[in-house]
Amino acid sequence: MKNIAVADIALPAKEAPRRRKWPVEVSIVLVLIGMALIFELLGWSLRGQSFLGNPGRLLIIILQVSTIGLLAVGVTQVIITAGVDLSSGSVLALSAMVAASLAQSGDYARAVFPSLTDMPAIVPVLAALAVGAAAGLVNGALITYGRLPAFIATLGMMVTARGLARYYTKGQPISMLTDQYTWIGSGANPVLIFLAVAVIFHIALGYTRYGKYTYAIGGNLQAARVSGINVTRHLILVYGIAGLLAGLGGVITSARAASGQAGMGMSYELDAIAAAVIGGTSLSGGVGRITGTVVGTLILGVMTSGFTFLGVDAYIQDIVKGLIIIAAVMADQYRRGGRRNA
Amino acid sequence: MSAHATDARSTAPGGYLLEAIEVSKQFPGVKALEDVTLRLRPGSVHALMGENGAGKSTLMKILAGVIQPTTGDIRAGGQPRRFSGPRDAQDCGIAMIHQELNLVPHMTVAENIWVGREPRRFGFVDHAALRRRTAALLEQLGLQLDPDERVGNLVVANQQMVEIAKAVSYDSNVLIMDEPTSSLTEHEAAHLFRIIRRLRDQGKAIVYISHKMGEIFAISDEISVFRDGRHVATDAVSAFDQNRLITLMVGRELTQLFPKGEAKIGETVLSARGLTLEGVFRDVSFDLRRGEILGLAGLVGAGRTNVAETLFGVTPATGGELRIDGKPVRITHPAQALRHGMALLTEDRKLNGLFLMLSVLENMQIASVRDHSGQGFVQQAKLSATCAEMVRALRVKTPGLDETMENLSGGNQQKVLIARWLMTKPRILILDEPTRGVDVGAKAEIHRLMSELAEQGLAIIMISSELPEVLGMSDRIMVMHGGHASGFLDRAEATQEKIMQLAAR
Repeated sequence: MKNIAVADIALPAKEAPRRRKWPVEVSIVLVLIGMALIFELLGWSLRGQSFLGNPGRLLIIILQVSTIGLLAVGVTQVIITAGVDLSSGSVLALSAMVAASLAQSGDYARAVFPSLTDMPAIVPVLAALAVGAAAGLVNGALITYGRLPAFIATLGMMVTARGLARYYTKGQPISMLTDQYTWIGSGANPVLIFLAVAVIFHIALGYTRYGKYTYAIGGNLQAARVSGINVTRHLILVYGIAGLLAGLGGVITSARAASGQAGMGMSYELDAIAAAVIGGTSLSGGVGRITGTVVGTLILGVMTSGFTFLGVDAYIQDIVKGLIIIAAVMADQYRRGGRRNA
Repeated sequence: MSAHATDARSTAPGGYLLEAIEVSKQFPGVKALEDVTLRLRPGSVHALMGENGAGKSTLMKILAGVIQPTTGDIRAGGQPRRFSGPRDAQDCGIAMIHQELNLVPHMTVAENIWVGREPRRFGFVDHAALRRRTAALLEQLGLQLDPDERVGNLVVANQQMVEIAKAVSYDSNVLIMDEPTSSLTEHEAAHLFRIIRRLRDQGKAIVYISHKMGEIFAISDEISVFRDGRHVATDAVSAFDQNRLITLMVGRELTQLFPKGEAKIGETVLSARGLTLEGVFRDVSFDLRRGEILGLAGLVGAGRTNVAETLFGVTPATGGELRIDGKPVRITHPAQALRHGMALLTEDRKLNGLFLMLSVLENMQIASVRDHSGQGFVQQAKLSATCAEMVRALRVKTPGLDETMENLSGGNQQKVLIARWLMTKPRILILDEPTRGVDVGAKAEIHRLMSELAEQGLAIIMISSELPEVLGMSDRIMVMHGGHASGFLDRAEATQEKIMQLAAR
């Protein structure tokens, strides 16, 4: 049966003039630029030096946020499905511990596996990714099969994973990792990995079935189900991917620090959510893009770096960060004209 | 309790407790009520009858102060009143008992009845007085309930009694009941009727709404019939019989043209035998053939939408057999239904149809993405072209494919949803209220489209609450009542009266 409905009722419809839409990204890029310029100005007037005219500083900004950026790419997709993931920081720590335990070099007593010989870096990397993905899949299963709210399921995972990370070595850090492993976190590698991941998921969300289903589920779960989407399977997949990216974050963090510590990634999940929200992802679901999240991540990075550069008190930094997150969500509500009260 | 000098507790010179005089209500796009007059006398059960959308609910809401009339007067005890809200109407002695119960399950019977008005002593709730008052009230109604029982522990019927006791506790003289027996067994309904009669004998006016003919004749003293937002007749119950009532309810001119053409009816595509969804509908059997439009008629709550959702796997069947092209199939998820060439346009666009925040394009293509992606990548150029073609073919009025769905009118949203399903190239199309909330122009276009689709060999199931639409579009009509198919009518023999006979018996 072909071309049903495109029968002779067709009339040459006049193409209505299209309104050009203002992408959300434009406004947050402006915020980013504006913020950088303010620091530049304050830098000259207060400290007599340039904020931006320091390539080293710019690299450090991106390096510092690339881990949070990875988590943010994952949590952006979760938030688009109208969910949330509070566990990414803890899952990062657990993955970092597992990876570090498998990446220790032979010259020292191994913390967890005493009889191991040096292993190629691929082993700890894959182990960390597997741990992260498993945690994410458990989140997804709890939310779909277990019918738990995402907030509760991932809150439970956040506490549990942190506990597991500590229990793994009874709180002891794992250090002396192989050079091959620590190379992953050296130089600009974390930045390259972050950008590669961002590009992959930007394409996945925009141009693949995976992306279309993700937006559809967040837009209207019931309608997505009726449209033939296997909502359960897809949600588990999305949380699994968020977990996988947290595992990757664990690799980078432990490789950069050349050690695994149970306290790694503390409250990163909140920074990741903040980056997504500042980048225009709507907590009511159905709306959000990776490009926005990347810019949101950079805003957080520039803010932290700028405050440190100006010598602002760390506590005040947190206060300002909190206010900016609130402002971002308010802007989001304002954009949708208060039609949806999330 | 109330400071009003005159309210529905005192009668007007004409002897009426509450009057609605030439009341009209205009909603955006529709006139729900037009010049309706209704007078309620004390000691009488007044039944309101009419099809879906006849205006009963609107009138009821106006009487109870939930909405305000556009024009017309409400008089309580002879005095004109303008209710600012349900609370205001309550103070005038008018109480409404909603279809869905508004009780707090973990509070006791007494607390539920007097919530917000508890007797107080020294600023604390006086539990002894609370219990005394409740016992007296229950006694007055002849209810054997423990004031200290938690409402959550009561069966639904008794919860309903608590709701009634609460309504009476406001010293109300007008009680409005909206389908109070819809979730009661026959035995429980009989008990409810005893209480209604008792209230009537105490001089209260009771407005009673139900679709069940038997009940209407058993309980009411007067009947008012409504049709298409207008008042048709009011008389003592003895002046009606079932046939007259049905004729009055449906007796409307077939003004609109429904252009179902002569389609060649082919072989059976879908056949259901004894289809059952436990507790919702049972033993539904029918055949659907190529080129045929099978109309599904019945009153709201008869189970029509449930049958559609079960066919499509939204709520998998608990019993019975389904065959497609003669081969038995089991459909437990919409994705399976799609693979079998089925499509379902859902009744509630906002609830389970639209993605309001997404674009027209995404809304249209979502069900086709599965079949238009290679290695996971969506063949967007091809899909966009098809969508653009659909926009033209169905004459969807939108500035472009990237327009956000919520900016479209109801009729155009509906067309986008129809396009979504046509793009999956279905062989069996289920349309649940395809023209609800759609303007007249779009409605005619949707009807013409359905007709053409049938000519092209689609098998269509159409659920509709509008009898003229059912009569005009269907080759055959299955009428449902109370969760089962109460009868089939062929196009030639079907009349509004016959359908209502089957739907409301």
